[in-house]
Amino acid sequence: MTAILSTRGLRKDFVTAKPLFGEATVVQAVAGVSLDIAAGETFAIVGESGCGKSTLARLLLRLIDPTAGEVWYKGEDLASLPPARLRALRRDLQFIFQDPFSSLNPQMSVGALIEEPMRVHSIGTRTERRAKVADLLTRVGLRPEHADRYPHEFSGGQRQRIGIARALASGPTVLIGDEPVSALDVSIQAQVVNLLEDLKDDFGLTLVIIAHDLAVIRHMADRVAVMYLGEVVECAPAGDLYAHPLHPYAEALLAAIPVASYGARPARTMVEGDPPNPIAPPPGCKFHPRCPYATDICRVERPVLADMGGGRTVACHRATELSLQGLADLEQARTPAARGRFALYAQAMADKTAHNRPE
Amino acid sequence: MTSLATNLATSEALPRRQSRVWRKFRSNKAALLGGIIVAFFVIVALLAPLLPVPGPAVTDWGAVRQGPSAAHPFGTDEIGRDVLSRMIWGARASLMAGVVSVGIAVLVGVPLGVLSGYLRGWTDAAISRVTEALLAAPFLILAIALAAFLGPSLTNAMIAIGISAVPIFIRLARGQTMSVMTEDYVESARAVGLTHWALITRYIVPNIFPPILVQGTLTIATAIIAEASLSFLGLGQQPPAPSWGSMLNVAKNFLEQAPWMALYPGAAIFLVVLGFNLLGDGLRDALDPRDH
Repeated sequence: MTAILSTRGLRKDFVTAKPLFGEATVVQAVAGVSLDIAAGETFAIVGESGCGKSTLARLLLRLIDPTAGEVWYKGEDLASLPPARLRALRRDLQFIFQDPFSSLNPQMSVGALIEEPMRVHSIGTRTERRAKVADLLTRVGLRPEHADRYPHEFSGGQRQRIGIARALASGPTVLIGDEPVSALDVSIQAQVVNLLEDLKDDFGLTLVIIAHDLAVIRHMADRVAVMYLGEVVECAPAGDLYAHPLHPYAEALLAAIPVASYGARPARTMVEGDPPNPIAPPPGCKFHPRCPYATDICRVERPVLADMGGGRTVACHRATELSLQGLADLEQARTPAARGRFALYAQAMADKTAHNRPE
Repeated sequence: MTSLATNLATSEALPRRQSRVWRKFRSNKAALLGGIIVAFFVIVALLAPLLPVPGPAVTDWGAVRQGPSAAHPFGTDEIGRDVLSRMIWGARASLMAGVVSVGIAVLVGVPLGVLSGYLRGWTDAAISRVTEALLAAPFLILAIALAAFLGPSLTNAMIAIGISAVPIFIRLARGQTMSVMTEDYVESARAVGLTHWALITRYIVPNIFPPILVQGTLTIATAIIAEASLSFLGLGQQPPAPSWGSMLNVAKNFLEQAPWMALYPGAAIFLVVLGFNLLGDGLRDALDPRDH
């Protein structure tokens, strides 16, 4: 695996309260994350609200400055680059925002918004840039004549497409999406996810997708990192993670995905309560107060990420002894009739996709 | 064919922001009235040299302190000058004082406010403390003190009023900048690789412009009153050049013998201030983003 983007011990502290005298209150939003994102893969970062995933996404591009740690891209540490060099590198690394309603400057036309990254990095002549804008609009499913309109004239899904076109304009190699579809209607979500997948293939991109649940990115991600309170607790190839999670928190996230099957899921809540206060995280494993499998060692000693083979890492004391439930088991629990119908549906979808792709 | 049709349909359904602001403004009767009043005074002031009235400094010793008549529709003053003519020429002083002093306040205040809100930290602390010190002195008192310090002339009065109005615009621009800075599109500008300068000129300034336009219009009204007050005190327009404030200053000595000398300039100040206030309120409502 050749990593295109790597982090080492990445940390970001936020000061929440600073009295005139005495110690400031500090939240570790990202508490030492080391990741390797391979060129050409779709890497998903998943966790519930407040786990630091959006902060991590911003650190990857140095939209915010890290407290400590490194971000390596093509032999350069973004965390310590001078501003001018960093600006030049922004051509390669682009961002898609969560909220399509606040991420587009309302005073600029769609054409100007999409053209801007090319203008900033002096790409092409004016005429060439105009042509590229028209091309990009078509690629994201809009029409070239939309270039003269303003963002408020579009729906949320259309605006997100504009945001994607803008992110693609400078010809990036890595695209980082901070919950790119969570602000959209469910029906629109699928369209935008499909669009991102198509664009990834067409432009040879590396995608980093931040999501708060595992359902959205299920068919999209190659590898998934699960975050809890600022730390990566499990990182694994998507198929393995969905089939057999190794960390109890990953199991809990999987259990939150709705499964269309009668009696498929045991009537119990996997994880109760809210995440603990990140200002004062619990001792030992940060997940132990909510973990159904916690034992004495979990309450005292903090587990570290351990290599489990097969490209999987997990931070859990009981990773080897537990046998956790993935989605595959749940789907096996469907009645034979339901299983048959799901198989037919999957076949139909596959045919449709093959049919729609003119090669 | 179908795509063209849908395209036309959507462009009908979603009018441009500009036309929507204009439509909203137009439907506001008070704002429209304010606009008409302001436009009327501006046109009169611009056309002053072309209008068939005697010069503002031409004295007619045969007609001193005469009431309104066919020859002098608004009467004459204490040395026989035509009040209508002096009012028309005085409109130039008043409107120019309003526009120029607000121009000074905007040009000085907005950059400082944007800088303050953009950089935060020590820059913000320093600019904010000075702003607060200036705001501690009442607007008119500050203007009078500055005008007295600079020496009596219309130019100095405009500078004095302009400086007194600077803190209003620093405050407004700072607050608006801070609120715009929290928007995702500012982060998106950084993600694209924009320089600070491009970010400020293309993202922040256009987005804080509407409230500054509204505040500017309303402050013109205040500045016109301030100019009249300074001229009334002898710190603004110097005789024999006319201004509404200095006309009132002289007229106060003849209130019983020649009330028209005070009535018309007073009414003009009232009307033009009302006009700017109505216009400013109308712009505020029309530009309110909550209705978009």
